Amino acid sequence: MTHLPLYQQLLDSCAALLLLLSFAMLSQRRVVALVNLYAVQGAVLAATTLLLAWRTGQDHLYVSAALTLALKVMLLPWLLHRLIRRLQVHRDTEPLLNVSGTMLVGLVIVVFAFSLAQPITRLASTATRSAIGIALAVVLLAFLMMITRRKAVSQVMGFLSMENGVLFGAMSASYGMPMIVELGMALDVLVAVLVLGVFFFQIRERFDSLDLHHLESLKEHQ
Amino acid sequence: MALLLLLILPLMGAALLGITGAHRRAPEVNAAFSLGTLLAACGLAVRVIRHGDLLLGREQFFIDPFNVFLVTLTAFVGLTTALFSRPYMRIELDHGRLTPGKLRLYHSMYQLFMFTMLLALTTNNMGLMWVAMEGATLSTVLLVTLYRTPASLEAGWKYFILCGVGIAQALFGTVLLYVAAEKVLGSQGVTALLWTHLDAVKSQLEPTVLALAFVFLLVGYGTKVGLVPLHNWLPDAHAEGPTPISAVLSGLLLNVALYTVVRSKVLVEGSVHSQLPSRLLMGFGLVSVVVAALLLWRQRDIKRLFAYSSIEHMGIATFAFGMGGPIANFAALLHMTVHSLTKSSIFFTAGHAAQNAGTQAMDRIRGLITLSPTVGWGLMLGSLAILGVPPFGVFTSEFLILTTAMRTQPWATPILLAALAVAFAAIFSKVQPMVFGETTGRPLPHAPALLPVFTHLAIVLLLGLYIPHYLADWYRAAAHLIGG
Repeated sequence: MTHLPLYQQLLDSCAALLLLLSFAMLSQRRVVALVNLYAVQGAVLAATTLLLAWRTGQDHLYVSAALTLALKVMLLPWLLHRLIRRLQVHRDTEPLLNVSGTMLVGLVIVVFAFSLAQPITRLASTATRSAIGIALAVVLLAFLMMITRRKAVSQVMGFLSMENGVLFGAMSASYGMPMIVELGMALDVLVAVLVLGVFFFQIRERFDSLDLHHLESLKEHQ
Repeated sequence: MALLLLLILPLMGAALLGITGAHRRAPEVNAAFSLGTLLAACGLAVRVIRHGDLLLGREQFFIDPFNVFLVTLTAFVGLTTALFSRPYMRIELDHGRLTPGKLRLYHSMYQLFMFTMLLALTTNNMGLMWVAMEGATLSTVLLVTLYRTPASLEAGWKYFILCGVGIAQALFGTVLLYVAAEKVLGSQGVTALLWTHLDAVKSQLEPTVLALAFVFLLVGYGTKVGLVPLHNWLPDAHAEGPTPISAVLSGLLLNVALYTVVRSKVLVEGSVHSQLPSRLLMGFGLVSVVVAALLLWRQRDIKRLFAYSSIEHMGIATFAFGMGGPIANFAALLHMTVHSLTKSSIFFTAGHAAQNAGTQAMDRIRGLITLSPTVGWGLMLGSLAILGVPPFGVFTSEFLILTTAMRTQPWATPILLAALAVAFAAIFSKVQPMVFGETTGRPLPHAPALLPVFTHLAIVLLLGLYIPHYLADWYRAAAHLIGG
């Protein structure tokens, strides 16, 4: 067995943890727990970034880690919790595919993601390049979650988790994106959640529920 | 300086209209800011014509013939739409579909939307381009749901989620691009996402990664272009939002999204040395044309009808960019211009037609020509123009695309021709009874502003008869830039 340095082991465990969290989100039906899982995912992401910043000595990564911590561990979960309390959504209804079925599809997706990530892994020169497959898997699992859920809040959690996956991909393949892009991304995510908050209240006001089956009348035959 | 004004004006407009918004003169202020933006765009265009490409703001902004023409077009349609929306939104206010508060949101977001599109067009940074595209979605989501009807909420939700997922794919594509570029351009990441730098080293970028990046970028930005099968949000958002928004979504946002796809294609094509990017564009384009033409038959809502027609025309332009070469690129650029002008003018008249009849259902809109001759003729002429009847400009661009297809991709020609014929029959048979015949509608309380409609159609007619040589040079330079 090859002996890996400590930081490498830590980075790999962070990556593995992210993948596990993705699966946990996929199976979780309670909305509050979903938000907590999202916050943990953000924390793992921030830890990875911090580790990389310390390891490579790139200053912008410290900023990036702080940004992730502030936005994804504190601000967004706080906003989402508030929203859930105000709207009183607690459980998602039965998803379109049952949990074990979703898990099986998820497994296939992970294998697919790893094979897709092969050429990128070969190209990247970072210490974390083996994690690119995991990043892609997180993105695709979040996508799966968006497809199979019916409650608006759960779909949004899928969307946010997808963004986490992309950011983790950027971290592991190239130690993050240029600062201006990361700031822009953070701004967009924040605005997206605010817009959604407004949007949820509009849906609620109109339908008295956040179940998306109300939103299925615009079919081709009207 | 012109660039600074171009970006600052809409941003200031958004802030000002957001703060003072419910003011009686807000529509005029909105139009004034749009006029200022257009003047700045013209100033920028003149500079590019005189001095060639510009790199500004520490290389973060790049202006060349390809984007400066889209900038001018965007600012122009932005102004005419602002003029159109003055009486249109007053009528909506009178009908009680809107409140002054919602109007304030509308005006402020309209300017913000303009800002995001202009930023996406002028930036040299592929990352910023992504940020601006996401911003364009976010600024229009609440406009699509402006009426708060169940259908508009559904449309807004679909728009947000589908474009959100799409844009996340595009972000992944951008990350991949960055990974490949960083190998060649150095790792400090200052220049590795700048399009001009990427363009200079595109032949050294790792082909497999770039091919993968292109797939993500195409799926991501293609969702916004409305390419089938990623088009589901488009008809709903166009039909349920207020008409000025349908006009700018269809006439401008789709163009900007296609622009981002083409910018990515230029990079990838230089790297992969295979037919993959062109084939993908041609495939998506052709499928969009065919599916949209068939779905046109099933539409009952006037704005949905023309939304599907937008998918069809974006498909045609995408197909042409896929074929590549100077003539096809030239035709595609011309097609983007004339489609944008024609389609926005159609939405203007369709909006007033719906206000006349009190519904968007086509079988209840009748006899526009007796009720309001200008609206009726506007809709009729606009429909004929969009269907590619000579001598309108759409005919010229479609003719060029078809003849190029006959030479380089003969297999696609019959498919395209058949789809165009189907679309012609579908739209004409639906528009004809709306324009002529007995009327049931009532006249509008405010005179509609139809100057924009006829200005647009006159330009389209002019482009069909004669393309001024400086404009032709401009298109040619842009077409050369895209290459392929």
